Amino acid sequence: MTTVEQIRQTSATHEARRLIWLRVWIVITLALALNYIGWRWAASINWSAWWIAVPLVLAETYSLIDLTLFSITIWRSRQRSSGPPPVPDATVDVFITTYNEPVELVLNTASAAVRIRYPHQTWILDDGDRPALREGAARLGVGYLTRGEHWHGKPRHAKAGNLNNALLNTSGEYILVLDADMVPEPEILDQTLGYFADDKVALVQTPQHFNNVPASDPLGSQAPLFYGPIQEGKDGWGAAFFCGSNAVLRREALMDLGISGYVESTLRNVRARLKEARSLVLKALRKNKAAAPQSALHATREAIDQALSDLGSGEPVAEVTYRLNNRLRELSAGVVGDDLSQLSADLDALGFDQAAFNLDSAEVIARLSESDVSPLNAIEAVTRTLQAADVGRSEEAQAVLPMATISVTEDMATAMRLHARGWKSVYHNQNLAEGLAPEGLPAALTQRLRWAQGTVQVLLRENPLLQRGLNWPQRLMYFATMWSYLSGFATVVYLAAPVLFLTAHVLPVNSYAGPFFWRFIPFMIANQLLFIFASRRLPTWRGQQYTLALFPVWITACWTAAANVWFGRPLSFAVTPKEKTHTEATPWTLIGWQLFAGAALVVSIIVGAIWLIFGNAEPIGTLINLAWVTFDLISLSVLIGAVKYRGYQAAEEE
Amino acid sequence: MTGFPIEPVGSDLSVIRVEGRLNMVTAPHLRDTVAAAVKAGQSRLVLDLRETSFMDSSGLGALIGSLKATREAGGDLRIAGAGEQVLMVLQLSNMDRILKPYPNPETAFAD
Repeated sequence: MTTVEQIRQTSATHEARRLIWLRVWIVITLALALNYIGWRWAASINWSAWWIAVPLVLAETYSLIDLTLFSITIWRSRQRSSGPPPVPDATVDVFITTYNEPVELVLNTASAAVRIRYPHQTWILDDGDRPALREGAARLGVGYLTRGEHWHGKPRHAKAGNLNNALLNTSGEYILVLDADMVPEPEILDQTLGYFADDKVALVQTPQHFNNVPASDPLGSQAPLFYGPIQEGKDGWGAAFFCGSNAVLRREALMDLGISGYVESTLRNVRARLKEARSLVLKALRKNKAAAPQSALHATREAIDQALSDLGSGEPVAEVTYRLNNRLRELSAGVVGDDLSQLSADLDALGFDQAAFNLDSAEVIARLSESDVSPLNAIEAVTRTLQAADVGRSEEAQAVLPMATISVTEDMATAMRLHARGWKSVYHNQNLAEGLAPEGLPAALTQRLRWAQGTVQVLLRENPLLQRGLNWPQRLMYFATMWSYLSGFATVVYLAAPVLFLTAHVLPVNSYAGPFFWRFIPFMIANQLLFIFASRRLPTWRGQQYTLALFPVWITACWTAAANVWFGRPLSFAVTPKEKTHTEATPWTLIGWQLFAGAALVVSIIVGAIWLIFGNAEPIGTLINLAWVTFDLISLSVLIGAVKYRGYQAAEEE
Repeated sequence: MTGFPIEPVGSDLSVIRVEGRLNMVTAPHLRDTVAAAVKAGQSRLVLDLRETSFMDSSGLGALIGSLKATREAGGDLRIAGAGEQVLMVLQLSNMDRILKPYPNPETAFAD
């Protein structure tokens, strides 16, 4: 046995032992949590102040579910050792996606991509269509792709559209996706391609790490908890996420998604429009009592019903719509024939010679039945029915869309669909590319807002709990991430409750004395320790602060995403700026809500302290709430450093 | 509302403005309007087709039906101002040889 293997084995045993202890601690923590929340619901709600008592117990329940989902995630935290040797002779395309990043930055990433050791073809996917970048790509000898003419006037779908366009213009079996600023290591493919020896693996994701972030990480850019225990946990349950960059994908899997998506969307589209047409025909029948069109309308309705039932029994869409079109043409010819024979009778009565007009000629009937002059056009519904035969997805630039376009976070939506179709994913926890984080609060806030909006979009459009094809752990892994983005509402309650207690003596619980204390404190300690154990001494405090401090961002994300999904309102989609923006003014207005909350917290501390010293405030309750307010303030304080942060200077670090 | 607007121009002459589509749904409206006019003693009618955007075989049937109704009452029916699509349907069925398309309502009963 070689030394390397020995070390690997020892660390594996160590890891297995650590996981056992972690699980024991999870069980203890959840037991204490249940003990606390059960008592909260059963015996502690102060109904006389229900307007804050109920929101508070709901907020706490929300947090407890969040903790449970986190516990489930890390239960199977899976640390993979170095990957298997790369599959031989694979063809690989490296995609560098860009929209408005500086040309030099993109070319720097591209030249690093050229130096990747495993044989590959590098491409710059320029959605900005910039001549300077085209020239730069030619100089480096890398491919350059932009959207073609056929994208004119069609939805562009941002980064997802950019990738989809490139997928149809390239041919490598595997695709490494890199954001414009993500500079890859030469061994990135050697470390990741090996996993694809398993035919069902569609995705290998590696961490996203940023090298322009000081150790203090004022903007909370690094996500050690997510790119550590959380992704490892999702991986353990077979649901490692795709995070948009630094990931290798199997083309076959993406095409499988694109094609199955095309079939589903066409079926859905045709069915929806047939149903719409049917209800319009029924409406026309109700409104129109005239004898002539009634029979034609009934026959049209029957034809549509037949088409719907054929679709239901699994007949091919093209067959069904073709038959429906023929049937409608027949009906149309019938009406024309009736009209013309009535017309002949009238002419007879008028004494005209029939022979001169050849009204019963098949040619005249056929011509008068064609779709442009068909009597069935009288009912708009029928025209729609004819259009429902659209199987070419004419509203999109591409009929086949491999990357999901239902969300601005196309990565999460795509991975979920891959998993639902039975593909597997891998999280390989080794930094193999270094990127640039936003260098200022405005850009950081835009980025977080976009992630949150995209996540909520996926939740509302394709709720993971309802996705057939996903197993239950996978459903929960997706749901866990979405659930965590709803925290803004709970935070508002956590900020308001102690302020109300300290300043106005509004008591959301029956008592802050003994019973509360002995249930809450052990749970809280166990909870904090769980985070420490789970994170393996990685710095996760920044992340916790931001989860609380960005509550207005999370709330905005929820309502804008809901308005987008339900009412079609635009998200005001913004691309995260990667350039340094040296604005002199401190953007205090961006954190107005937090400043307001901070001021209220400070006032409540002063008032609470005065009551404690001079009044007859309940000491335990006051002290608990003062501690609570202090925790809120320390969390919010992260924004003071953030709002003043003016970008990364490497020299400061040394 | 069923029926098309009708306007008397003189003692026994009226103009019916056929607006929009003259099709399976609206053709009965034209028949009703003409029948009512004939009943009221107005049997010389001009169909003003300048604002008719579309006509199908049912519309064509209504034109001939209206012609029949006016003739039986001793009057006549003329059509005026037909657009491209309406003319196409008339020509296709040779009906332009029965109903002469006049350029405008003023000239329709000039004789």
